[in-house]
Amino acid sequence: MSETATFPRQWKKPPFIQTPWIRWGIYAGAAIYLVAAFSTFPVKWGRVWAGIPRGIKFIQAFFPPDFISRWGDIQEGFVESLTITGASTVIGVAISIPIGLGAARNISPRLVYLFCRSIIATSRAFHELIVAILFVAMFGFGPFAGVLTLSFATIGFIAKLLAEEIEAIDPDQMESIRATGATWNQLMNYAVQPQVAPRMVGLSMYRLDINFRESAIIGIAGAGGIGSTLVTALDRYEYDSAAAILLTIIFIVMITEYASGYIRKYLV
Amino acid sequence: MPVLEANGTKVWQRRDRATQLKIWLGWLVGTILFVYCWRIISDNTIWEFVLDAHIQAADLASRMVPPKWSYAARIWRPLWDTLNIATLGTVFALFIATPVAFLAARNTTPSRLFVRPIALLTIVSSRSINSIIWALLLVVIVGPGMFAGILAITLRSVGFIGKLLYEAIEEIDQSQVEAIVATGAGRRQVLLYGIVPQILPAFAGISVYRWDINIRESTILGWVGAGGIGLEFQASVNILAWNQVTLILIAILASVVLSEWVSAKVRHAII
Repeated sequence: MSETATFPRQWKKPPFIQTPWIRWGIYAGAAIYLVAAFSTFPVKWGRVWAGIPRGIKFIQAFFPPDFISRWGDIQEGFVESLTITGASTVIGVAISIPIGLGAARNISPRLVYLFCRSIIATSRAFHELIVAILFVAMFGFGPFAGVLTLSFATIGFIAKLLAEEIEAIDPDQMESIRATGATWNQLMNYAVQPQVAPRMVGLSMYRLDINFRESAIIGIAGAGGIGSTLVTALDRYEYDSAAAILLTIIFIVMITEYASGYIRKYLV
Repeated sequence: MPVLEANGTKVWQRRDRATQLKIWLGWLVGTILFVYCWRIISDNTIWEFVLDAHIQAADLASRMVPPKWSYAARIWRPLWDTLNIATLGTVFALFIATPVAFLAARNTTPSRLFVRPIALLTIVSSRSINSIIWALLLVVIVGPGMFAGILAITLRSVGFIGKLLYEAIEEIDQSQVEAIVATGAGRRQVLLYGIVPQILPAFAGISVYRWDINIRESTILGWVGAGGIGLEFQASVNILAWNQVTLILIAILASVVLSEWVSAKVRHAII
């Protein structure tokens, strides 16, 4: 800009990434990546093209949704999903508390900390469906495998957030309780628990909501719930019943989301 | 803080009796619900299969180790596909979600009465359906393969990105917008100079965050036929090649942890 210092000068919007070589490096990297990705992208446009009328027919098969002919199965699936959700949230939260305590850097020894963090990382890295597949292989088909899957997934979520919450607590309160000569149990009960309990309740409510959504998909692996009903309906080409199931899932997910949001707002 | 008088000595209590009762009632209802849920599950479970689970688990473990390292050469390509599904899905979702977010935000929507509800409905319905279910449907429509996976990731991400982005737009500093308006800027200029610079950091953060989630989700889309490493996973489970499964799980774990690390670094650099 210094060469064209003649008046009037033009003002330019400063770029989002300030350092030029990082900026151009990111642009170039993105361009190279996109070219590489698209060149190995085996989309058969003919198949997509041929699929459009089929897709329209397929979408039409979903309408009108048929709530009636499979209502018994749908109801059963939902009851199972809701019970899986309830049981797995309670079990998952109960297991998360000790793991969360262990994964908090400020109250745990280094070894325990690393062990608990690795449990959390494993639970967070694997998608619920993968875990469900393994549990179904071990425990057989049915809702029990579903409960275990969602409990395991809950650990990764609740324990991580609980640990972060504990790491952020006010150390003064801990120190003053410790100064009274409190044991470890008393320290947890009187210094840590009151500070994290409200947030913990909110997180559990949030997880209840997530667990319901996930309970709708673990059925794909045979772990019970409404997902099993949905897959059965799709396998039998009963798309109108499948549409009814999907609409019911959306409806219940919206209700649980609002309910959980309301409870969290009320509690905090 | 209620204080009870008992035999002339004051006893301090944290809660009065009514609150204490309510809390106990809450615990009671919760316990009853849990026991009831557990009964239904227990009725629907074949306990014979659960009771021999330790044998099954030991058997599974003995088949899973050692991992079949020679199989590693065959999973690079599916891993690359998985990365592409997640990244391209996120990129497409950004293109769709950005206009939707501007239409949904209270301060930028052209019409609060007609356009905003439609945009919000788009966001809600996209968010309510898991990407696996999207993939299940899309595989039938566009055929099995990566394309269905990318579309599934896109459809699910639009709601997520749209929601976070429109909340970011609603929280901008209105005085900057007013300052730009005062210079006599047009609608487009107000958008480019008043609003976009304020939401760019949020935009970058949200997209990297969603990309990270999408990596995790795209690892399993292959289970329903939508391409990526999940396809290999399904093939290996179906032929009971558990030593290949171990290797795939290690690869998934590594890529998810890596992507989470990248995403955390980038978000840290932005904020």
